Amino acid sequence: MKALKKTGLVFFPAFDWAIDPTHPEREERLLYTQDQVFEEGLLDIDGIIEYKPGMITDHEVGRTHFCLTKPKHVMTESHYISAGGAKTIARAFMEKEIDNGFALVRPPGHHAMRMVHGGRGFCNVNNEAIMIEILRSEYGVKRIAIVDTDCHHGDGTQDIFWHDPDVLFISLHQDGRTLYPGSGFTNEFGGPNAAGYTINIPLPPGTSEEGYLYTIQNCVLPILEDFKPEIIVNSAGQDNHYSDPITNMNFSAQGYAKLTTMLKPDIAVLEGGYSIEGALPYVNAGIILSMAGLDYSKVTEPGYDPERIKEDLRTLDAIKKTCDQVLQIWDMRDELKIKAYGEKPFYERSRSITYDTDGIWERQSEILRSCEECGGTFKIRSSSDRDYSMAGIHIPVGACDKCKEIGYSWYDAENGDGHNIVCLQDRPKDEFHKKKGNKK
Amino acid sequence: MIIGLDIGGTHADAVLIDKDRILKQVKIPTDHSDLFSTVLEGLSKLTEGINTSEISRAVLSTTLTTNAIAEKKTDNAGMIIAAGPGLDPELFRMSKNYFIVEGALDHRGREIKKIDKNQVLAAAKKMKEKGVQHVGIVTKFSTRNPEHEKEIAALIAKDFDAVFMGHNVSGNLNFPRRIATTYLNASVYPVHKAFFEAVIKSLDEKGLKFPIHLLKADGGTMLFEASINQPAQTIQSGPAASVMGALASAPKDKDIIVLDIGGTTTDIAILISGVPVLEPAGIKIGAYKTLIRSLKTKSIGMGGDSFVRVEDGEVKIGPERKGPAMAFGGSSPTPTDALFVLGLASDGDKTAAEKGISEIAEKTDRTLIEAADEIFRSTCRQIIECADEMIDEINSRPVYTIHDFIESYQINPGLIMVMGGPASLFAPMLEEMSGIETVAVPSWGVASALGAGLSRPTCEVTFFADTERGIAIAPEENFSMEVKHNFVKTDAYSKACELLKKKAALHGGLMEDSQIETLEDLSFNMIRGYRSSGKNIRIRVQIKPGLMPGFESIAQS
Ligand SMILES: [Zn+2]
Ligand SMILES: [Zn+2]
Ligand SMILES: [Zn+2]
Repeated sequence: MKALKKTGLVFFPAFDWAIDPTHPEREERLLYTQDQVFEEGLLDIDGIIEYKPGMITDHEVGRTHFCLTKPKHVMTESHYISAGGAKTIARAFMEKEIDNGFALVRPPGHHAMRMVHGGRGFCNVNNEAIMIEILRSEYGVKRIAIVDTDCHHGDGTQDIFWHDPDVLFISLHQDGRTLYPGSGFTNEFGGPNAAGYTINIPLPPGTSEEGYLYTIQNCVLPILEDFKPEIIVNSAGQDNHYSDPITNMNFSAQGYAKLTTMLKPDIAVLEGGYSIEGALPYVNAGIILSMAGLDYSKVTEPGYDPERIKEDLRTLDAIKKTCDQVLQIWDMRDELKIKAYGEKPFYERSRSITYDTDGIWERQSEILRSCEECGGTFKIRSSSDRDYSMAGIHIPVGACDKCKEIGYSWYDAENGDGHNIVCLQDRPKDEFHKKKGNKK
Repeated sequence: MIIGLDIGGTHADAVLIDKDRILKQVKIPTDHSDLFSTVLEGLSKLTEGINTSEISRAVLSTTLTTNAIAEKKTDNAGMIIAAGPGLDPELFRMSKNYFIVEGALDHRGREIKKIDKNQVLAAAKKMKEKGVQHVGIVTKFSTRNPEHEKEIAALIAKDFDAVFMGHNVSGNLNFPRRIATTYLNASVYPVHKAFFEAVIKSLDEKGLKFPIHLLKADGGTMLFEASINQPAQTIQSGPAASVMGALASAPKDKDIIVLDIGGTTTDIAILISGVPVLEPAGIKIGAYKTLIRSLKTKSIGMGGDSFVRVEDGEVKIGPERKGPAMAFGGSSPTPTDALFVLGLASDGDKTAAEKGISEIAEKTDRTLIEAADEIFRSTCRQIIECADEMIDEINSRPVYTIHDFIESYQINPGLIMVMGGPASLFAPMLEEMSGIETVAVPSWGVASALGAGLSRPTCEVTFFADTERGIAIAPEENFSMEVKHNFVKTDAYSKACELLKKKAALHGGLMEDSQIETLEDLSFNMIRGYRSSGKNIRIRVQIKPGLMPGFESIAQS
């Protein structure tokens, strides 16, 4: 049997790592997926190529995250390998060894934001974001689209690319009023310099195949068509499944496989999915076959009955309304900045972030330079109830000269009043600077 | 005393060995149309004038089953398959008599759908009408629950000569490979059985009584009696024989590349601290990917007799062989001819070799010596590149735990061992090019026969327990037991070792605990609704391939 598309796989189930023994994100999570993948003989198919994951370096983490107080403090070996798996697939794709690839790795990453004090939503560092910075730094990829199909809002990925007009982030998820992390509404459409380039599509609980695939066909694909990304990344969370214990959606393995066929991601990276027996083995087999261009019509969960999980008309109606609203926002993206944020030289915001996995509470204030030419330099001051504090300055990829200058002047001026550490991410030079603050 | 007999493509080698030396060796031409008489002749010649009561065993490595498959002289075996959800089982059709029936298990072996008995009986009827006598039965996830396979077997066993079940083939998960392997067992069974029954009968008539072992593809041996139900295990034992032959004289403290340089191909294998590297899933035979344990070997179409010619102004070598070297009466130039021109070989017709190489020299505007040098270097370079690729491939094998990721052993070869006809002539150049010390395997003429004779019995046991379901099974051993919630990994491990010892005894194994190696050792808490509902335990133990203890000094002789 030969795959129509050369598909790379990294399979890293991390059988010896867990947050704690009874946590949904635990050793057993990908066990039955491995059983199914092995038993189906998927890795023997000509054109499906299994790769050993690499490890990411602290430098690669540092491009994406400000870690308190360094990557080792917030990452375990498994985090290094999981993100490393995404990197392995990205490299194989860029080197044209494969037509597309899927990193089936754990732990997941899409709730990890730019500033990292610890774990939130089972995530410490953002696998896709770290991978995307590798694509930009090593291969000069400019326009990237991420489609997050995890049932939870990809708030971490949204945060990391909030000010970045070159990275289009689209998240489909169960409505934030009914599920962690409680965000991801249509009015979250990106920061002032990247207004319109974050797209949130909240879906009602009970959404099944028809509603989900309608959204992909009528909302996600037209936007991708407009944006014309060089690469499409899928944050392939599998917790929309009807048997998932921590969500309320009604998606199926067939639905996930069809979604993948429609979206045609170049790189997929596994996110959540906690129905480890009833869903994951079948969903993953379906996605792998779909990516490889093979027949997945017989991949179904035991007892799968599409009629029983079908959404009602009211749900479908709500979905269509949301899609229309999202498309309207996308169409007016050029005027969005002035309308929503006004014209200012600098924009400030402050917010608090909770780390549910590690029980940390963080306060942030942020200042961003308004810029027509690039994503704009910004500075985040962050402190937490763990008594860590940091100032992080970010000069974006493709920064204009003025933004570069401002980044360094902020860094020089920052004498670290009240912070443990002051950091500068210089993305154009791919450099990372760091100095001690005066906080004891 | 031990007998080792290796049937190669052109001749069969047999050796009789004592603790510390080769007592006798014979070489006879292989008669491919009658391997039985080749084996018998080898054994008879070797035992002439010997007190055969002192022979403790004879190990045969034959191409019988391999040839039967290659020449499609296999029985027209039938297959009954139950798959359930997943890939369409039609994709793995092996035979004209391939029947798919309803019935399904999930990854833990729980029944999703019952076997449709009427479909099974209808399939059996059709096969009988077509004269099928041997049937393979494979269901998906049967290594987690063999009951469906047993149920089908019980329904049809009386109608056929032999029935083979997938769960007996291997404890490893891989449905397509399980289908292929079971099919191969069913198809080579009659050829295999007839052949070895004839051998045993003839030996009996000659009054020769000693246990007969067969060499397997993994470099281990199994008793002939045990092989009857797993004949496919003996497929492609040829490369294993030569690797085990090299192992006899290999230092234990190095990673070693073994190169068996033949006329047409060079076979490459890797030894890590005296243990050959195995193929992780199983050997590939022709179009069949199987679950048959095997040494990892890689073959490159580059040997002493490879066809050398000029294409687009460049010298090309192999992969085909057009005949012997011109120095030995062939009609096309070969790397061996280059060796004659370079003065490295002298036991043939140097003038003929020069004539062949001079054609190449003219077409590429070189002197005779330059052309010969280029041919020789290019041959060696390509062999080394192929070995390097193989090492990279092994070093980048996937891992599934953090522990394995960090601990995963990286091969770093410290020695190349060459064997085969032109081996000693190639050694210095291989050493120069690779920068790795290169030696020829001593007594290389009979190294394969020696390797077969010295190989120890090997076997593997896979043990699976699911305390929520209250079951533990060792699929290949037809073993199952009930387990309670307090059954833990250490219990599973001791049970697996017990089964391994029992199996080893059946395979003719001498047992020392130190030979047991753990291949997999995992236990997962199954959590349902935030509460532990049981444990999922996976243990795999093996007797690793190696040589019979007590014969260490023989290779140095
Ligand atoms: Zn999402
Ligand atoms: Zn999720
Ligand atoms: Zn700028």
